[in-house]
Amino acid sequence: MLRYIGRRLLQMIPVFFGATLLIYALVFLMPGDPVEALGGDRGLSDAARARIEAEYNLDKPFIVQYLLYLKGILTLDFGTTFSGQPVADVMARAFPVTIKLALMALAFEAIFGIIFGVIAGVRRGGIFDSTVLVMSLIVIAVPSFVIGFVLQFVVGVKWGILPVTVGSRETFTSLLMPAVVLGAVSFAYVLRLTRQSVSENLRADYVRTARAKGLGNGQVMGRHVLRNSLIPVATFLGADLGALMGGAIVTEGIFAINGVGGTIYQAIIKGEPTTVVSFTTVLVIVYIIANLIVDLIYAVLDPRIRYA
Amino acid sequence: MTLRKKAFGALAATTLVFGLAACGDSDSGNGDSANGGGDGNGGGDNYVTANGTEPQNPLIPSNTNEVGGGNIVDLIYSGLVYYDADGEIHNEMAESIEPEGDKTFRVTLKDGWTFADGTEITAQHFVDTWNHAVANSHLSAYFFEPIMGYEEGAESMEGLQVVDDKTFTIELNQPEADFPQRLGYSAFYPLPDEAREDEAAFGENPNGNGPYKLLEWNHNQDATVVPNEEYQGERTPQNDGIKFVFYAQQDAAYNDLLAGNLDTLDAIPDIAFSTFEDELGERAVNQPSAVFQSFTIPESLEHWGGEEGKLRRQALSHAIDREEITNTIFEGTRTPATDFTSPVLPGYDGDVAGNDVLDFDPERAKELWAQADEIAPFTGEFTLSYNADGGHQAWVDAVTNSIRNNLGIEAVGNPYPDFKSLRDDVTGRTIQGAFRTGWQADYPSAGNFLGPLYGTGAGSNDGDYSNPDFDAKLAEAAGSDSPETASGLYNEAQEILFQDLPAIPLWYSNVAGGYSENVDNVTFSWKSVPVYYEITKN
Repeated sequence: MLRYIGRRLLQMIPVFFGATLLIYALVFLMPGDPVEALGGDRGLSDAARARIEAEYNLDKPFIVQYLLYLKGILTLDFGTTFSGQPVADVMARAFPVTIKLALMALAFEAIFGIIFGVIAGVRRGGIFDSTVLVMSLIVIAVPSFVIGFVLQFVVGVKWGILPVTVGSRETFTSLLMPAVVLGAVSFAYVLRLTRQSVSENLRADYVRTARAKGLGNGQVMGRHVLRNSLIPVATFLGADLGALMGGAIVTEGIFAINGVGGTIYQAIIKGEPTTVVSFTTVLVIVYIIANLIVDLIYAVLDPRIRYA
Repeated sequence: MTLRKKAFGALAATTLVFGLAACGDSDSGNGDSANGGGDGNGGGDNYVTANGTEPQNPLIPSNTNEVGGGNIVDLIYSGLVYYDADGEIHNEMAESIEPEGDKTFRVTLKDGWTFADGTEITAQHFVDTWNHAVANSHLSAYFFEPIMGYEEGAESMEGLQVVDDKTFTIELNQPEADFPQRLGYSAFYPLPDEAREDEAAFGENPNGNGPYKLLEWNHNQDATVVPNEEYQGERTPQNDGIKFVFYAQQDAAYNDLLAGNLDTLDAIPDIAFSTFEDELGERAVNQPSAVFQSFTIPESLEHWGGEEGKLRRQALSHAIDREEITNTIFEGTRTPATDFTSPVLPGYDGDVAGNDVLDFDPERAKELWAQADEIAPFTGEFTLSYNADGGHQAWVDAVTNSIRNNLGIEAVGNPYPDFKSLRDDVTGRTIQGAFRTGWQADYPSAGNFLGPLYGTGAGSNDGDYSNPDFDAKLAEAAGSDSPETASGLYNEAQEILFQDLPAIPLWYSNVAGGYSENVDNVTFSWKSVPVYYEITKN
């Protein structure tokens, strides 16, 4: 088990180098000149342009830029943004709120998705089941920014129940609405996944056997149905964590959250390689770790799976 | 039984996560309330919350060329002069700015001015700061171009001479009587010595001489300025401080304004253009700004020069229904042009002789076009080039449609993919036909619009317009002894432009903004931002 985890962690090293090189190259190849954009409509004087290019190593060839960046990372110096802030500081500000938001969204979709899904799966064809199915269909069909705007306007502006935006008030209450919006679509998927596998497992042979040998309903549900039904759900949730962290650009924008997605988006627009590469590399590592955790959860859920 | 416990482990884990997130929140919640948050806790932290954007550079005035940093810089620093809401110029740190001969100005500073830490400000501070900006090629270094000895990256300019602690002289390369008017621009603000030693550290934690000082700057979130007790000038703060909240999207800022969480907003999102005046009532602001929009037709094009060109240009101008386009396409967030400058400038006159050429008059347009055709028949088509990344297509289509319908010629828009590629062709003089042009004032003077755009050989004279009479009027205005005389002369210069129409004026961009019920005394200045120090918060 430990050896397995160690091997998986070692795999992160080549992934790290590959990801940074690839992303650095992509940012480098982006059309447009990032320095030109700093001058606005009036343009920059040649002297100012030369000063800025030298400051950010933009006057050097690609491979030198990349190696200088790697050298910085090995000393935990992630470079600076065009506004002169250390990227490490930007990460220290952006990641906590995004992690908070992603975990809240994940908790929302996992808890409500699984509970609703199990009930719908057990009472398949009932009123609850049909209502929840239609509801989840609507949530999947409507783009999340529409849900975000409507909730923000109704709950925040009109009713005044929850804060309209987050900004610097990163409290539980102010993150509640964004977390629900962010987790809404995945919630619908979790619900449908759970419902599907619960209702399939309920008709499986081993469940009939369990009932035949006289197990109580609670034990059948807990030990046989739920455990087997959660494997696909766990896979989905693990992959979703990464998406929730890096892909929350729309939700972050609507609710004025200064998180990872928005920061990467702005950095891409500005063509700031240091910021883009540092953030996405961390996200890649988050993906890898989340997947590792999912694999370990498999072993818990299914006794047949063992990692040597 | 142990198996069963494990089975529910996954569920339990997610619940734990939920709980952890909640715990983390209560911590930051406490930290936040210590910062005030603008909820009216009294005790001097009832801040006005204002829409802003993250400054793109450390807060060094001469190295700040965008509005997010500019708003803060203008509050935490003071210059020799300042501009009031109407763009009128008042002395701030300067006791006097006296011309000596026609190229030199003698600046005397008022007594008692210090930086926020108590250091007395001397003439040497100004000279050192300006030299430093040029030596380090700061973004706004071009403002020092008129000073003798300026060249890119020059260590020091010989035109700047310190006379004594409170006096220095500025010698220019050539007579420019309106030079003192520019001194209110942020590039000319003074900095203490420590700023030149470590710009990044100073810009993070500035020590300025303005009506406010920086209290805290949470990057990408907000920045708060509070009144500076050392401030000696007339821009006395009427509030406990200003908290600029940085929004990535204007929609979020607008919803916060509606909910009363944000006090001033200087940019209404497009999505609310048609509704914000109903939703905000008298708290909505929609007024012209110092941004002038036009399209330019190069003099050198066939059919567009000489007497024929004059007639055709006037015909084009009469063929465009500016009122209709600003109302339908821009929902009233543009104001039809009545001159070549901006109505927010001091000395603006909406009735410059000859500006009836901007009236929509299809009959007159056809007449003039026919007269031009008698000189030489028109061939080819009229093209209007624009950058497709700036939201210009709708009005370009409307303008070309107007021209086609009213003059009976072929007129089409010609999109460039982005601003940069359009400018490449414009500055390389390879562009064929008319092209979109616009101008935003750096300082409130008609000269800042007319000189750079239409003066012979001027930097942004993209149509290569040249008229000695016009140049003479500009020179006369620049050399006049009072702003009033200058305004009159600039308007006489515009009469010449209305004859020649080097560019066809279209409209002024408006500032569309608003403010909440919690604040009073909100006026938007000539620069399109609220006059922050005057705002009072209930």
